[in-house]
Amino acid sequence: MQKNSSSLTQHNRSGWLFALPGFGLMMLFIVVPFVFAIVFSMTNQRLISPNPTQFVGFENYRQLLSVNLLVLDPVSTEAGELKQNADGTLTYPRIRTFTRNNPDYPHLQGMKEWFSWQWQDKQVAILASDPVFMKAVVNTFLFVLVVAPLQGAFALALALLINQRLKGINVYRAIYFMPVVVSIVVVSILWRFIYDGQNGLLNNLLHSVSFGHLAPVDWLGNPDTALGSIMAMSIWQAVGFHMVIWLSGLQTISPTLYEAAKIEGASGWQTFRYVTWPGLKNTAVLVLIVITMQAFALFAQIDVMTNGGPLDSTQTIVFQAVERGYGKQDISGGSAISVVLFVIVLSISLLQRHFTREKK
Amino acid sequence: MADVTLQALVKRYDKTDIIKGVDIDIKDGEFTVFVGPSGCGKSTLLRMIAGLEDITDGTLSIDGKIVNHLQPKDRSIAMVFQSYAIFPHMTVRENMAFGLTISGISKQEKDQRVNEAAKVLQMEHLLERRPSQLSGGQRQRVAIGRAIVRNPKVFLFDEPLSNLDAALRMDMRMEIAKLHKKLAATMIYVTHDQVEAMTLADKIVVLKEGQVQQIGTPMELFHHPANRFVAGFLGSPSMNFIDVDVLAIDDHSMTLGSTVLDPVVLPRVEQVVNVGQKVELGIRPQYLQPQHGDVKGCLHGRVSLTERLGTETVIDVSLADGKKVIAAIGQDQVFPLGEAISLSFDPERAHVFATQ
Repeated sequence: MQKNSSSLTQHNRSGWLFALPGFGLMMLFIVVPFVFAIVFSMTNQRLISPNPTQFVGFENYRQLLSVNLLVLDPVSTEAGELKQNADGTLTYPRIRTFTRNNPDYPHLQGMKEWFSWQWQDKQVAILASDPVFMKAVVNTFLFVLVVAPLQGAFALALALLINQRLKGINVYRAIYFMPVVVSIVVVSILWRFIYDGQNGLLNNLLHSVSFGHLAPVDWLGNPDTALGSIMAMSIWQAVGFHMVIWLSGLQTISPTLYEAAKIEGASGWQTFRYVTWPGLKNTAVLVLIVITMQAFALFAQIDVMTNGGPLDSTQTIVFQAVERGYGKQDISGGSAISVVLFVIVLSISLLQRHFTREKK
Repeated sequence: MADVTLQALVKRYDKTDIIKGVDIDIKDGEFTVFVGPSGCGKSTLLRMIAGLEDITDGTLSIDGKIVNHLQPKDRSIAMVFQSYAIFPHMTVRENMAFGLTISGISKQEKDQRVNEAAKVLQMEHLLERRPSQLSGGQRQRVAIGRAIVRNPKVFLFDEPLSNLDAALRMDMRMEIAKLHKKLAATMIYVTHDQVEAMTLADKIVVLKEGQVQQIGTPMELFHHPANRFVAGFLGSPSMNFIDVDVLAIDDHSMTLGSTVLDPVVLPRVEQVVNVGQKVELGIRPQYLQPQHGDVKGCLHGRVSLTERLGTETVIDVSLADGKKVIAAIGQDQVFPLGEAISLSFDPERAHVFATQ
């Protein structure tokens, strides 16, 4: 062993000591909760309970994810004719009769109607053991499908606008970035006022630009508009963040490429198509993945603005996980939802990576 | 093919004039080189011709038509950049056909024109590659190919060889010279490298601080520089300037001399007006001949450094007044350090400049 080299470089222990604070915190707040979530999701653990915890296997997942199909024939009269209601519609047996203690349909026990439709003269019902969770999954996917492309596109448009040498361009950059710096909770409270059904800013604005022709809408109180309203507000809030990422991508494109395109006679659109967009490919992958992950984690807006309502129209996966885990003190159910979300996000990221990989 | 005429061109940023009234006439098919030290405005001038910079004042015409306010694409020009500016995500073929693609020309004609250009540049085998698979020289060739495909009236080159290594630069220099012969097109070439300027140009424009110093053929500029700047800028190693006094003048000749220079008689030049005036004598290092012994009409000094290049020996001579001159001898010769040396020269080949 050489005398002149410092003991710090000689001993592994010092290295571990230096890494310990960061390593410990990461273990404590990332790795341990992750493992706990997986373990709890296979038990009947509750937040506070006198009963001992029991291992239940995949029961929580079965409870969350079971879906079944039920086809109902219309009720017939004794004469063999289809029984009709006063308005001419057919009548069907109540779904409850199949899902509650019906020995012929043990696999439907405890399930509830998720949605149903008419097929010829039959009624087809999709049953789920947890229709609220299913709605949350659908809403979350809807949110991602709308927010990811729109937010990405708006952010790119803004980045293109502010990537110019104009006087005071930094003022615009600051304005567009401002909502990102404000806490999402504060933003959500402000937007609750904007969306207010009586005297909200949006209703007043629409009222005046339409000269009173548009009736006020209770944006957050109407199942048809609530999720859309939250989408619009979420897009607005984080668009500045992605704008900055796009901007950094734009600024890596060599200005001479634009000059070459100009000399070759490319129009504005052609310059974008042949120079800007290909130069932004890596940035696009990053922005898309980040937006997708953030969109899947939708929670604060829901918690502040609608609490999942009205009529479960704004339920989301993370909101359900929190609601289940802490609201209903069902830690195991909440954990199972978290693990499902993890699997969804992981698969989507892998898919995105696969489709946007560098082609050899 | 076309003439290019610059008349009193001015470029102003805020209140600073970058180009201060430039007049140049470029004839059809001529290879013109703009040369000058960095910051002299040569690239700005080229970009003004290309249409990448606005013209503040003056007129620019290409092929007899004033193009001051035309877009680059409408000026019938093509430009090759120092950084190649080829599109990294396109193949060589797509890069070369770019101008045709955006003007919506049929694939058949596109292929034909790209193949022709590739043949001229001997790069047919590279057409399906991507820029990342090419060397610097090949990339620049693609950029030149893209220019050829446009079939422009005027080719503009902005320091196209500066990013290449020395050996490649020489090859590409010759390629460009050949290309000019083959296409017989008007070409304007910007460089800070005087070797490129001397070897390529039909006409050199020497610029300094946004003003034209001299326009002429390489040999005119080399042998008859209009001023001290041009004299010092062209030639390598650069010209020696020696402070001397005017000792005598008559109608056709003048005698110059100083503490380090024996009196020497030169043809009279108009800048010299009276006896006792201080002037600068310019002599190229190649025209200084070392002499043994005490010879009249010489510079006297001591050898302070020699550089032996095999075919050439460059000697650094300290004159008695502490100034230095450089002599370049066209053969390998040994000069012991500190040895007293006399340098003679042909007065016909010396230049006289008024002291600034």
